[in-house]
Amino acid sequence: MVETAVIGRLTWLAASVAGAVQETSRVRTLELDVPGWAGHRAGQHLDVRLTAEDGYQAQRSYSIGSAPGDGVALTIERLDDGEVSPYLVDEAREGDQVEVRGPIGGYFVWDGDEPEPVLLVAGGSGVVPLMAMARHRARIGSETPMRLVYSSRTWGDVIYRDELEPLGLDVVHTLTREQPSGWTGYSRRIDTELLSEVAWPASDSPRVYVCGSTRFVDAAADGLLELGYEADWIRTERFGATGS
Amino acid sequence: MEMRDLKLDGNAIGGLMLELFGSDMTGAGSVCAGCGAHGEMARLDVYVGAGIVGRCCHCEAVMIRIVQGRDRTWLDLSGVASLELS
Repeated sequence: MVETAVIGRLTWLAASVAGAVQETSRVRTLELDVPGWAGHRAGQHLDVRLTAEDGYQAQRSYSIGSAPGDGVALTIERLDDGEVSPYLVDEAREGDQVEVRGPIGGYFVWDGDEPEPVLLVAGGSGVVPLMAMARHRARIGSETPMRLVYSSRTWGDVIYRDELEPLGLDVVHTLTREQPSGWTGYSRRIDTELLSEVAWPASDSPRVYVCGSTRFVDAAADGLLELGYEADWIRTERFGATGS
Repeated sequence: MEMRDLKLDGNAIGGLMLELFGSDMTGAGSVCAGCGAHGEMARLDVYVGAGIVGRCCHCEAVMIRIVQGRDRTWLDLSGVASLELS
């Protein structure tokens, strides 16, 4: 899809911070200005590289949360023992320079050209690449049914909380650690029983994207297989505190 | 932390593979030399330490190993029977 820009994708590109949005106390979105950017597909990520004054370099992978054609916005969660995320979440200012490599990924992507209903399953900041898919669906005016099952620790940890409903997809929240008073939604980790209540029936042959920690992804994927989903329908992306 | 908490997948090394192969490899099909299973490189079980090990998600055989030094990269693909790029 973007083969014509292969050279640009192989090299590190200079990028500058063009804007920032605080999403939660631990999560911030950085809008990047990337001259020469080849464009991206919904679900892709990129690598960010920081270089210290002494030449030390650190790099990590971050998912792109913006829709294709709508610029490059990374939504980043601060890992307190991280090398890169504390700077990006707490320190980066408009005009700061970083280097990026990407876009990356031809597997965990949704282009919006398939008719099957889509099930998005997010654990914490795993919602970011799925948000790109939800925004892409709204942007292209797709009527493909899309449902997001989104596990967060508390209501305050829900990233994009006020943006989800206006995108016109079904959203099912579960809050695993603490719930607001009067909460009527789910309040436990995602398991087979929860999925059986909210997932599209297997007879619809849904397309599934699961993103979160390894434990989260394994639990969700195993649950869906138990419900009769085929392994080929389920695309997963595990995240950890690393990038290579 | 348990071993499985360290498990990532082929998406996590997408940038490195892009650099090594010159095109996106996460969506490339691969066949495990151990069990013959076919799957996208994104589905590898990936462990990142001093080096990178990618295992078949079906039989857990080592399919790829990558070690990076300052100016060079060592790549062992002996566990991959074939790759299919599109």
